[in-house]
Amino acid sequence: MTKQRQYIRTLQHHLLWSDFGRQVTTAVMAIAAALLLGALCIAAIGASPLKAYGAIISGAFGNTNAVAETAVKAAPLLLAGLGLSVAYRANMWNIGAEGQIFAGGMAAAVTALTLGTQLPAAVVIPLQFLAGLTAGALWAFIPAILKTKLGIDEIINTIMLNYIAVLAVGWLIQNPLRDPSAGFPRTSMIPEASQLPIILARTRLHVGVLIALVFVVIIHVVLWKSTLGFKIRTAGDNPGAARACGIRVNRVLIISMLISGGMAGLAGTIQVTGLHFRMIQDISGGIGFSAIAVTLLANNQPAALILSALFMAALDVGANTMQYQADVPVAVVNLIQGLVILFVVGREFLYRRITRRHQAFSEKQEKLSHAAEGAKEQ
Amino acid sequence: MEQPVVEMKGMVKRFGSLTAVDRVDFTLQKGTIHALLGENGAGKSTLMNLLAGLYQPDEGKIRINGEAAVIHSPRDAYDRKIGMVHQHFMLIPKLTVAENIILGLQTRSSPLLNIKDASGQIRELSQRFGIQADPDALVEELTSGEQQRVEILKMLYRNADILILDEPTAVLTPQEVSSLFQVLRKMAGQGFSIILITHKLEEVLSLCDTVDILRDGKKIDSRPASESDRNSLARMMVGREVLLEYDRLSGEQGETVLETKGISAKGSDGRDLLQDISLQVRAGEILGVAGVSGNGQSELAKTCAGLRRADSGSILCSGRDITGTSIAQRIRLGISYIPDDRHALGMFPGMGVADNLVVKQHDRPPFSRRGFRRESAIHSSADKLIDSYNIRTTSRDTSMRSLSGGNQQKAVLARELSVSPQVIIADQPTRGLDVGAIEYIHQLLLEHRRRNAAVLLISTELDEILNLSDRIIVMYAGRITYTCDTDSADIEQIGLAMAGELQ
Repeated sequence: MTKQRQYIRTLQHHLLWSDFGRQVTTAVMAIAAALLLGALCIAAIGASPLKAYGAIISGAFGNTNAVAETAVKAAPLLLAGLGLSVAYRANMWNIGAEGQIFAGGMAAAVTALTLGTQLPAAVVIPLQFLAGLTAGALWAFIPAILKTKLGIDEIINTIMLNYIAVLAVGWLIQNPLRDPSAGFPRTSMIPEASQLPIILARTRLHVGVLIALVFVVIIHVVLWKSTLGFKIRTAGDNPGAARACGIRVNRVLIISMLISGGMAGLAGTIQVTGLHFRMIQDISGGIGFSAIAVTLLANNQPAALILSALFMAALDVGANTMQYQADVPVAVVNLIQGLVILFVVGREFLYRRITRRHQAFSEKQEKLSHAAEGAKEQ
Repeated sequence: MEQPVVEMKGMVKRFGSLTAVDRVDFTLQKGTIHALLGENGAGKSTLMNLLAGLYQPDEGKIRINGEAAVIHSPRDAYDRKIGMVHQHFMLIPKLTVAENIILGLQTRSSPLLNIKDASGQIRELSQRFGIQADPDALVEELTSGEQQRVEILKMLYRNADILILDEPTAVLTPQEVSSLFQVLRKMAGQGFSIILITHKLEEVLSLCDTVDILRDGKKIDSRPASESDRNSLARMMVGREVLLEYDRLSGEQGETVLETKGISAKGSDGRDLLQDISLQVRAGEILGVAGVSGNGQSELAKTCAGLRRADSGSILCSGRDITGTSIAQRIRLGISYIPDDRHALGMFPGMGVADNLVVKQHDRPPFSRRGFRRESAIHSSADKLIDSYNIRTTSRDTSMRSLSGGNQQKAVLARELSVSPQVIIADQPTRGLDVGAIEYIHQLLLEHRRRNAAVLLISTELDEILNLSDRIIVMYAGRITYTCDTDSADIEQIGLAMAGELQ
């Protein structure tokens, strides 16, 4: 009896107090809360929540093709999310992944259309990735330089640049790059050499998924093992102290945005060269925004991004199955995704409420000491 | 014996699992000045916040003038004529003294403010107690000493006759301290009862009638101040012997290492922050910079460390002009900077202790190789520093945020001093710390002085400057107003220079 209680105590301690445990606990709690509320909504429209969730799971993971579709959906979320996690670690609030995806996708499409017929796949595919990476990075460079040189808020600029990128791509595919044979705006299909190889026959699972996984490792190493990543984390944690310790904070912030935009550019690249084989207006479908939720859910941890990207992708892919099997409209999935974001954003708050009793004292002490310091400053 | 004005019995206040005040009895006699002595976190302020109605006790009974009292709010406390002057002043800068004083009070009959009446009453009060204050002055134009007088007047205006002062001398010049003490003595003579929360032994001995010593939430002793001495009080407060004065063995002083030549700087609002500051710090010397906080000392430190640029003048390190060099270059030249505000400039709250310790050297061997961190070197160095600087942390990966203030500061010092710097710029290195930590940091600075480092020590605690420095300069309004050797220091002159009265 006492042993059991002791065990529960230890578990509680790990779940609530260790940094890792806290991240996992709050993420799981946020998802559970969203699913629970979603279930209530489903029940309210007279359907069975269990059946609906069962349908989502079987739609997303029920057979080989379903798994492949989920992975294909998750890959760009993962790439864009990796980039965002770097920017967010530097405390640069990049909301512009969507625009950076468009920039990267467009650059990859142009590279494919101009070089794809002349060069072998082994040359042109890396070139496409390079083009996508560079274009995404450049698109993120604009708000980065505005922030570091002129102090203009990066949140607003990255949002604004989303519109510019989307509209610019719209103009390009309607005018100079329009597919003459199509009735609606899109580019011609990219040559075969430019298309990413399929790695599982009779599915759309392309090699971009593997590339995304490789970048999980790369970004993880950059963030946690390299001195650059260390600089990024110090600049994000306390830019004033980082500067006082001799770190060139502005330079670090710009680099973090270049990485962030570059990764989003890669997400655009695999959408164009692995999935749609052309640039279309609907190339992203909001990946750049979903990636923000994915990143927040993963708490900027590259490895955790795999799970959170799969979770979001599975909801999307399973939504249709849910609609025809359980007679629940797809919109419910959007609702759940929205709730997850809400709870993830609120999870620090949620967490604090749980542990408030324990923290009340230390917080009070801190407040008092701040007050004391404030008084001395006067 | 006379009936005590305040009687607190068996007070207990818990925050979560921590007991901040643990079965403390407290008795205040009418017309006395009563000190509550203890380190930061000993429970003095918490105990008084129970009396002032800011916290509710978990256990214990309060009697005011023999009557059982339950104090739910500051308003209840006012009704019982208890007033507290907090460390952080509760004044509105844009209002006048009189407006601040009557703020929140209801006038008897009219719904309109009657400032004139109030001003008259305030003048009367200030005359009666010798508290100089102009009711029509704007609070933002007052010095912190004057603001404190307004706070005291505010309590008197509310008819408080039990006055609690929380560390009142922290923001005052020596002259202001002595005039505050005069006021308090006068008030005690007129039957007011005063509680002084402090960690300064001098104040207890020179001002108070009785002293209660608290440690870790418990009352250690209560005794007449006249039967106490510095050493016994310090021992009870800290729980062990404390060194109060240091041997400043006058070691060899070498060449000038840090030198500023006529540096001036303006703030973004065009105000002069530094005016023509020239100083030299030699190897093996501590140059103390005294002054009331906000007179350019921090700007001087930042300019020397490279965090801000001087508009004119030059800075030299071992004869080399470093006026235009970057922070990183200055770090490589052996300049260490201990900022006055570790939260803003010193530490990375979300990162581990080991990461905090390695920041300045993280991209140099042995801590990195070809752009990658070498965890083994980082860990072993961190373990060594945590041990030798006695940083209390559950592990080297514990986030800095969860350390106590004293241990955070020790970690910052470990980072800045473990590199054996040539120049140490220490801006208020002991601010807000308890006696034990302060003593430790003082020993560290003296050790580096013996090691032949040049130390620029900025402090608003005059005792600290007098105890540690070889030479002293005083800053006022961005200028050096006084310079002397510590051995020939004249406290009165220093005080006048701090107040800008000495040209």
